Amino acid sequence: MASETAAVMVVGGGIAGVQCALDLAESGFKVYLVERKPAIGGVMAQLDKTFPTNDCSMCILSPKLVEVGRNPMITLMTLSEVVGVEGAAPNFTVSVKKYPRYVREDRCVSCGKCAEKCPSKVSNEFDRGLSQRKAIYVSYPQAVPLKYSIDANNCLFLTKGRCGNCKKVCPADAIDYEMKEVVEKVHVGSIVLAPGVETFNAKLKREYGYGEYKNVLTALEFERMLSASGPYEGHVVRLSDNATPKNIAFLQCVGSRDKTVGNPYCSSVCCMYALKEAIIAQEHTPGLKTTIFFMDIRAVGKEFEDYRARAEKEHGITIHRNVRVASIQENPESKNLNVLYMSPQDVVNEEFDMVVLSTGLVASPEARELAKTLGVELTSYGFAKTSIYSPLSSNVPGIYVVGAFSAPKDIPQSVAEASGAAAKAGSHVYKNRIKVKAEEVPEIDITGQEPKIGAFICDCGNNIASIVDVPAVVEYARTLPNVVLAEESKYTCSADFQAVIKQKIKENHLNRLIIASCTPRTHEPLFQSTIKEAGLNPFMLEMANIRDQCSWVHMHEPEKATEKAKDLVRMAVAKSRLVEPLKAASFPVNHSALVIGGGLAGMTVALDLAAQDFHVDLVEKEAELGGNVRKVYIEDEVTGASVASDLASKIGSNPNINVHLGTKVKNITGFVGNFTVEMEKQTFKVGAIVVASGAVEYKPKEYFYGQDPRVMTQLELAHRLDKGPLDAKVVAMIQCVGSRSPDNPMCSRVCCTAAMKNAIKIMKHNPQALVYVFYKDIRTYGLKEDLYTEAARLGVVFIRTREEEMPELIKEGDKLLVSSDDITLDGHVHLKPDLVVLSTGIRPNPDNEELSKMLKVPLSKDGFFLEAHMKLRPVDFATEGIFLAGLAHWPKTADETMGQASGAAARAMTILSRDFLEGNAAISFVDESKCRGCGRCEAICPFTAITVTEVSPGNAKAKVNPALCKGCGACEVACCNGAITCKHFTNDQITALVEACLEGVSK
Amino acid sequence: MTGFEPQIVAFCCNWCSYAGADLAGVSRFQYPPTARIIRIMCSGRLEPQFVLKAFELGADGVLVAGCHLGECHYISGNERAKERVARTKELLDVLGVDSRRLRLEWISASEGIKFAKTMDEFTKQLIEMGPSPLKGEA
Repeated sequence: MASETAAVMVVGGGIAGVQCALDLAESGFKVYLVERKPAIGGVMAQLDKTFPTNDCSMCILSPKLVEVGRNPMITLMTLSEVVGVEGAAPNFTVSVKKYPRYVREDRCVSCGKCAEKCPSKVSNEFDRGLSQRKAIYVSYPQAVPLKYSIDANNCLFLTKGRCGNCKKVCPADAIDYEMKEVVEKVHVGSIVLAPGVETFNAKLKREYGYGEYKNVLTALEFERMLSASGPYEGHVVRLSDNATPKNIAFLQCVGSRDKTVGNPYCSSVCCMYALKEAIIAQEHTPGLKTTIFFMDIRAVGKEFEDYRARAEKEHGITIHRNVRVASIQENPESKNLNVLYMSPQDVVNEEFDMVVLSTGLVASPEARELAKTLGVELTSYGFAKTSIYSPLSSNVPGIYVVGAFSAPKDIPQSVAEASGAAAKAGSHVYKNRIKVKAEEVPEIDITGQEPKIGAFICDCGNNIASIVDVPAVVEYARTLPNVVLAEESKYTCSADFQAVIKQKIKENHLNRLIIASCTPRTHEPLFQSTIKEAGLNPFMLEMANIRDQCSWVHMHEPEKATEKAKDLVRMAVAKSRLVEPLKAASFPVNHSALVIGGGLAGMTVALDLAAQDFHVDLVEKEAELGGNVRKVYIEDEVTGASVASDLASKIGSNPNINVHLGTKVKNITGFVGNFTVEMEKQTFKVGAIVVASGAVEYKPKEYFYGQDPRVMTQLELAHRLDKGPLDAKVVAMIQCVGSRSPDNPMCSRVCCTAAMKNAIKIMKHNPQALVYVFYKDIRTYGLKEDLYTEAARLGVVFIRTREEEMPELIKEGDKLLVSSDDITLDGHVHLKPDLVVLSTGIRPNPDNEELSKMLKVPLSKDGFFLEAHMKLRPVDFATEGIFLAGLAHWPKTADETMGQASGAAARAMTILSRDFLEGNAAISFVDESKCRGCGRCEAICPFTAITVTEVSPGNAKAKVNPALCKGCGACEVACCNGAITCKHFTNDQITALVEACLEGVSK
Repeated sequence: MTGFEPQIVAFCCNWCSYAGADLAGVSRFQYPPTARIIRIMCSGRLEPQFVLKAFELGADGVLVAGCHLGECHYISGNERAKERVARTKELLDVLGVDSRRLRLEWISASEGIKFAKTMDEFTKQLIEMGPSPLKGEA
């Protein structure tokens, strides 16, 4: 029996839980989001920047947190913990224990008076102990919910019955010391677990002196130090004497790849975050030199290898490879740190002012407890057990696991999986899906009103305010015409500030709003919804981009940046005075989807969509489904081919999926909810599109490949090994063939793991075999490290070559001869192998270019598809209604592909599950009194949105189809009578911007 | 001449060049604070009169930036931008404004570095050329 309400529980309010909750809510499911802490946000909220774009972490996270807080489909249960579960999918009854906050959420106005008067100071866990907070506190300024809570262990009243200051000063009578813990029973159809991880306790590595030596920090502490809103406002200092360090050492693999502490796995993220922290630290501290001690540099993600190269070449970061630091000794006087390590030549003792430990990720006790409560199986490392071919499923049907709970992983992968779990969880309850209808706040009629503009100039913590003189910009804004209110704001995007904005609009009867902060490309939707909730038309918002296009690009010219910020605000005001309310038409949504590509990703997307009763057209250019996965070797019992045929047969018997084989999509027109797909023989409509067009294996031109049968690729070897043991005794594997090379600098992510699997298989077939792996870095990230360990245990020999120099392969008579430098032993190796295996990389599908043009979606510089945002929108394109999965996005393993593909399906379902979507309101409008029906606009419109028809004999007028018009404005330029206006970017508005921009210039 | 700081008006399309300018910021690529960006949805939205207005009001340079040819979010808007910029350059020559003061660039969303470089180069070029002859006349 299906559960009556379509409800899902998501446990864990970090970025994975947040994304999962939002996708479920957007697809018509009720969500209970359970978080143990007083606020959601998780570790991502503590980060300063995120690699590889160095986006400010809080800036990109905050809009999502705000959305969770205001989405009526999401019930946020903070300070709560799952303590029991009964029943089975789709009828779980979950017991949730809610711990007392001692502050009534419905009353707290987060004024902060209580914390001001609280006498009890304790270490602030959000700043990792680098600052103090009070016993009544909020974790961080953008916290959702922004409600104070009392830490009962440290409250004088709750522990000793003294004080009571907070209750006395609270203006809202929100303090309630009598609050008790309660257990609530919640009925849900499925459960998603996203409890996250914690960082390794660095004190367990006693040789590094953490906790004893003041100038040894963990990476997360250093992250808080780097954060502009952190306890040191972004200044890098030594804790022993507050002096600015001249050099910092970063030690990798602290608590990772380390059997001695029970964590032999790799933590996946530390290489990249260390590079990031080193870059940012150097940016913040003129003259600072940073050194990183790596074992291997695991820059495997999208554009990570570029980031690594820039860190070395442009930022001058010193990088040691193949080094695990033996110990650290503090100089008792200077408090400097002597770092002891082995170089290929010698034992070195190098002095640093400060050391940062790149601590790994470990399963948290809370997560283990949660797993136990729910009967979810864990691996020996304490991560949730999943299988390669169902990466999101736990052993309990209806309970899914995402993010770092199942293995250490980075944010984009966690986010994609979180969406994926939304698809899986939704499949248990989709029959009772609720049709989402937002509560509309009636719009205030502002017809005939004089513009009354309010302007908020954002500090963005310190991102803007450390460069731009924000108070001066505020003062200036007050002098501008029609500006009735101008104020500085610390974090304009925080949840509580949305309430402030709404209140200021009401109090001051504002009819227009300007936010001078970051880019409208990421934050316009947030502020538009805010003013909509205040009764203003969303088009009454203007933004001035004084961060991305000002403070961040003129960091060394604060005065000129301030002048520019003033200009940008003046321009925004000029346009704001001319904006008008616009109303979008709404359009019915077609409930079926097009999936391009029938490989592992495409098949997974199709099955996930079909599982919720959406129709899918799956197009594969080859004669059968399967794609690359058919060639991949997975584990002893599972071949890629068997998985492919299993999925293909499920697809074959699924009535919701229509498969088109041996054909390509010819053309696609239309827009989100209403695409028209032209195929060779037919044309059909879909509401959403998923691009899963795969990639291709690099076929080498080097190393006698194709000329000598003793040279093959790893894929070919895997295929060969399926047929039985090799005759070859000596095998040389050469990594990074066609990857990390001058003509293709990217890392293909999967080749190291593929090499390990094949090497292990060879050694198991024939323990006498000699397998040599020539490599630059072994990149068996995450739990794949076990394969590396296993290969080494079986006797595979690893030879580290130079970054810029590939091994040489020549023929001596009939013999193959490999030679290379070995940088670990500081020597040279010659080898006569019977077989040479090339770890060839993955290259973008040559079809990508054509597809990218057809869909009007971009490619990255490496030729893969470029998502809307590398960190938080990993499967979306910037163009609405089009999504991305699998190798088309970037090289990845089979389990990563499946998790991400489910994510793309979930994102597509946020569209497909709706009956109507609102169209674009900023489109063209014809003033018929001026139109002479000449037809220039009709001729120029690329979307056939304009037709000129006779309205009376001899009198033709142009007409715009609002469903087709995309608002590019080409028609307005073409019109010679000024009859067409492209709304929100009108001639008058743009001219006003030009005038405001150059105001005062020529005088 | 020393100390001359050119004034640049930059028309950037929403989908590629404006995003490229944001990426320059996110990547912290530094460039001279000489330009003010006006966001338009498509480079094809560019009216020659916007450019003329900018020069009339004393701009030393105008940048028009859009998606690479073949990659326009609106299919072919950038091709029309290309034609219009060519035509506007002719007009500028007639007006006695060196047409190199109007610059057209294709900058994609992933080309933060190109955006910053363009700003650098264009600024240097305008410094060499000196103030626009129309400056101070309005």
